[in-house]
This record gives sequence, structure tokens and C-alpha cells, in this order.
Amino acid sequence: MSSLEVLNLSKRFGRKQALNGLNITVKDGEFMVLLGPTAAGKTTTLRCVAGLEKLNGGSITLDAEVITALSPAERDIALVFQTYALYPRKTAFENMAFPLEARGWDTDRIKRRVEEVAAILRITELLNRRPAQMSGGQQQRVALGRAMVRQPRLFLMDEPLTNLDFKLRVEMRAELKRLQAELAATFFYVTNDQVEAMSMADRIAVLNHGELQQVDTPEQIYDHPANLFVAQFVGSPRMNTFACRFDADQRALISADGTMKLDLTPSQLDILQAVGNTTALVFGCRPEDLSIVEKGVVVGTVYVLEPLGDRTFVDIKVGAQSLRVRADANYRAAEGSKIEVAFDLARCHVFDAQTGKTLF
Amino acid sequence: MAEITLQNINKSFGTGIPLAVNDLSLSIRDGEFLVLLGPSGCGKTTTLRMIAGLERQSSGDIRIGERLVNDLRPGDRDIAFVFQFYALYPHLSVRDNIGFPLKAQNLPSAEVNRRVENVAERLRITHLLKSTPGRLPGGEQQRVALGRAMVRQPQVFLMDEPLTNLDASLRTDMRVELKHLQHDLATTMVYVTHDQIEAMSMSHRIAVMNNGLLQQVDTPLNIYKHPQTLFVGTFIGSPPMNVVSGKIMGLRFVSDDGSFWIDIPPAAQKYTTHGAPTVFGVRAEDLTLHERAAAISGIAGKILVREPLGDETIYGVEAAGETLTIKTPPRLRFKPGDNVTVTVNHSAIHLFDKISEKALLPERWSNV
Repeated sequence: MSSLEVLNLSKRFGRKQALNGLNITVKDGEFMVLLGPTAAGKTTTLRCVAGLEKLNGGSITLDAEVITALSPAERDIALVFQTYALYPRKTAFENMAFPLEARGWDTDRIKRRVEEVAAILRITELLNRRPAQMSGGQQQRVALGRAMVRQPRLFLMDEPLTNLDFKLRVEMRAELKRLQAELAATFFYVTNDQVEAMSMADRIAVLNHGELQQVDTPEQIYDHPANLFVAQFVGSPRMNTFACRFDADQRALISADGTMKLDLTPSQLDILQAVGNTTALVFGCRPEDLSIVEKGVVVGTVYVLEPLGDRTFVDIKVGAQSLRVRADANYRAAEGSKIEVAFDLARCHVFDAQTGKTLF
Repeated sequence: MAEITLQNINKSFGTGIPLAVNDLSLSIRDGEFLVLLGPSGCGKTTTLRMIAGLERQSSGDIRIGERLVNDLRPGDRDIAFVFQFYALYPHLSVRDNIGFPLKAQNLPSAEVNRRVENVAERLRITHLLKSTPGRLPGGEQQRVALGRAMVRQPQVFLMDEPLTNLDASLRTDMRVELKHLQHDLATTMVYVTHDQIEAMSMSHRIAVMNNGLLQQVDTPLNIYKHPQTLFVGTFIGSPPMNVVSGKIMGLRFVSDDGSFWIDIPPAAQKYTTHGAPTVFGVRAEDLTLHERAAAISGIAGKILVREPLGDETIYGVEAAGETLTIKTPPRLRFKPGDNVTVTVNHSAIHLFDKISEKALLPERWSNV
């Protein structure tokens, strides 16, 4: 079990700078998720750690040993991809035994180890099957088993759940997390799916355009995003946002189209007072921090109702703004009807429109 | 605008292969947004393609409005078929992209312009008419593609997973736009997806299919609250419904290994049979987690996994030999290894016949 330190990592592809001085530390036994949209640099980071890409600058340290110059095989790192890359003619047992045979282990020892890992992954009954005789989830477990048998220092995973159907993905999420905790293994896991990141990670590193946006626990990332990008990327449906400015005379936030005026808490006002009137701002609030009430602070028109069974999202228009409000499963309202909305101000955010930085 | 009637539709792709669509009868109302939902291979796309005329049914009748369309070519059925929403011509302007289907019909250019502008206004893309699609963000490209489908004013829209290739946040936005638009146009829409959230959030009614068989047609909330088959119960809902296999023992459901049991509420007892193999189901939000305390009677359990999602937290809990998923408010904090007590909202339980997989409890059983 090991800790990983990525220091000042830079990587160019031709003239394109994919990563520019990236710093990430993954602690021993930690489940770290690297989260970001397509082309953020996530997979490049992972490939650099694995030794599949040559760095243009920086270093990679595993357990205080600089491994930057080592070949992939010398790094003692296991990689699991979204395609399982199992040998189609080999059984699950043979697939899992392969890395150990390559290392010259004797048959008894291989058998013991494969069976031990199969028990942890609950695939003992599949060991005699070939990949074609297994479901996607079962194949992914075998791929995982093949990575686990040799007890690598670090597991790197690149969107391993992407090809599974929805139900299986939900199951595998819990399974992977349980497994990681049980093995006390160090996981460095790449995904563009914020639900996967939230549900599995000890900490999430959010990456965009090759730059680290925030590294923190799922709850902190969700409740206290460092900037507008993180706020909008994490959470589904997305955080409601609209352009606004601070009116010092009225001591309130006014939406850009003038249709919404929000009073704020004293501490929020202090922050905005310091920023001043002239700065363009973005207001942000999550659907669950809005509620439909008898007497609210804004009046909106119901645009669409989205019942999901356990909750309903109500999309409303207020002037030029769209707001999505989370309501009970049984909430009913006609499209076009007027409703009033209240804000849980203590949980709302304001961002600097120029820099994206969170003011609160 | 038109209703669509499918009557005893069968579709076979060859002898020895199970029917792709098996005796499907379904009425889609005029102006309705109906979603065909199911896993891959369930027959939903085949059904849509038969409505479109791209596939001929092996037997049965299809009517659009008053017309029997069995023998009509796709072009004569007055439908617009939308696959994924991004097949725009990159070198043509937005105006020409939207107008393309009308030009192909040789309409005079004044009429083409009038209709294109009308559609653009509805979709709020008037200011983009001169741009080329390649320069537009994904959401606006989708609106252009939608405009191209709308401009012909078809009687029926058929859509096959149009949102699949969009990123998550665009998909949630397009869901809202599509639903609003359909409401606005009141054009009959048949929409195929495997994504239950799309189905729930957009449709008037959902038709759930599996293995070529129609499982249930109902409103989203009825599908969610009163699934008529085990398949519907477990296919819809995130996380999937908890299910435990076992049998009825007197006034209790008891799991196969005997370690998990639950009292059948009095109102449900008349629908159960002693000794009958039964599957018990309960949704993650109908279970509640408590700190282990003597005062609370329920199922003793231990937290296995905690999954914070931000607006709620899902726990995996080992309880009486079963692994249960439980949905809780976000600020409840348990950690793996914690001892807990699980209580069940008895009025929200589901029971299915283990053999037929049909629901045992009728709708509103808990209210009678």
C-alpha cells in the first residue's frame, strides 16, 4: 500500500499543453477520484502515472521513490480500463492467473492466490467460464481480479464502469468502494461522471483544461465549491445560476434583468460590500435549496414539471432566468401557473463572473 | 395531430428466434407524449420503426389517425423521425439547415422562410439563423436539429434516444425543452429510450417493454408507485428497488434463508397466500436508518458503504442476511461499520408472485 505524489506535472501534445504544472497527492489507502469533462487532462494524468506517456516536466513519486524514469512494468501499478481486455480464449481463472505465471509463481501458489481474490470479488463460481459466458459486470470483476492478484502498490482506473448498464453501474459503485476499503488499497480513479465521483471517493480532484480546480471531500466539493466551474459540474441537475450585481443602497442582490431582488445574510452582505457594486456577479443555488412556498421572495411561472418518482423537479421561469426547484414526489402544478419560491440563503453562493471564484 | 393505434403487433426476425415484438396492443392518444422504455433488445426500437414504416410487422395493424398505414411507405405516413439530434449539415447556415426538408418538397421560398422563422422563434434561435452549426454550443445545435424536425409540421414525432450522446448537463436541459415544446405543439410524440429518468421526467405515459412483451402502460408516478411486474419494479428507480426472495409464512414474508422477515400489513394480508413463493420489494427511500437504540424496533443492520450524492446520501446496509440500499437526507452521518436499525414504511412495500413475477397487491391497497 502506497502514497502517490504527482509534482508539477506538465505534458504537451505537439503545441497543445494538456497539463501545466499539476500537483496531486494521493494518500496511502485513499480512494482519490480525478473528475472532469472530456479533454480535461484526466486520462493523460493517469497515463503519465502509469508510465504510458513521457512527461515534459515534473515528477511522479510512489512511496518516496521517484518513478518518473521507470518503465510501466517496473512501477508495480495495476491499470483497469473501461474495456476489460480479457483473453477471450482463457477462462476467468486463467485470465487472473496470467500475471502470476508471467512472474514464475508455482501452480499451487497461483491457485491459492486466485481463489483468495475470487472470494473477495465474489466470482468463485465463475472461475471456469470464458469471457463470452459472462455478463459485463462479471467480466469487469475478473479484470479487477487480474489487477488484484499481484498486490500492486497502486490501482489506476480509467472509467471502468462506463460500459455497464445503469443498474449494474450502481451496484458496482458500492462494490468497488467496499472492496477498496477492505483491501485498504490506494485507488486513483478517473471519471467524467460526477455521481461516481461523489459516491465513491474519499477525496475528489476536479480538473478542467489541464488545471486543478479543487481537491476536497465529496461533501465539501458539493457544499463549498471553489469556483463556478466546480459548482456547475458537480450536482445533478446542475446548480441554478444567473447573472446579477450587488446594489449597495438596497443592500441586496439584483438579477441582471432586474426581475429578482434577493436579501442576503449579514455575513454575505459584508463580503459583497467589500467587493463593491461594479463587479459582475453570478448567483448560484442548488434545486434542493429552493422551496415552493405560500409567500416567497420571487414569483415564477411553471415551465415544466419533471416527476422522478421519489421527487419532482419543477422548472420555473422568473423573467429571463430559469430556476429548477426540488419538490416532493407528489407535487402538482399546471404549466403556466404562478408559484412563489423561497431561498435557503445560507446555502446559496455568489461567484465573481470574471474569474469564476467563489465569494461565498 | 393524430392518435396511433397498434393492434396485436407481432414482429419476427426469423424462425427459431424469439419474437422481437410479441402481441403488442397499444393506443397512443392524440397529443400524447408516450415513452417506450426498456433495456436493449426489448423491442422498443423495432416498435418505433414499425410505426415509422421502416420495418414491416409480421402481423397486426397500425393506424395513424383514421388511416390504416400497414401498406404506406414511410414518406406517406406524415411522421417526422428524429434519431440523435446532431446530424446537421456543417456547411449550411442554421436557416438552410432548418429549411432543408421544405426545400426538398419544393415549397416556394417565401413559404419556406415564413415557416423557418416561425419555428426559430418558438425555439428561441432567431438570432442564430445566419450562423453555421459548427460554431454553436451543443444545446443550440440540438435546437436547430429539433427545428428541422418541427418545420414540416408532421402529425407525429418519432424519436429514438435523441439525447444519448449529449453530456449530462445538456441532457437535463434538453429534457425540459423537449417536454415544454411537446406540450406547446401538442403533437403526438413517441419517444424511445432505455433511460428511466428521461422516461419519468418527460412523458405523459410510459410503456415498459421487456423481451418483446409490453409490461405496463401507465403514468410515470403510477409506474413508480405501483409496478405491475417485478421487472418494472426493478427497472425503474435509482438506486434500484431492494428485492428479497422468499415466501409467505402466515402473516409474514420470510426470506429463503429464513433470516430476513417482515410482517405483512393487515390491509395486504388478503392478497397473500400462505406458503406461496414471493418476492418482497421496497424502494430505498421507503427504508429509514436509525442509530441502534433499544427504543426502536426494526431490523438490526450494519453500514457497509456510504455514498454521498450531495442532495441525498445512499447507504448500503447489511441487515438480516440481506444487503439493502437506503436513501437518506444528505446531512445524516453514519460510517461503515456503524450499527443501525432499519425500519420499513409498510404502506410502501411491494410483493410479487415469484413464479409469474406479477404484483400481488393492487393499486391503493394501503388505502382500503
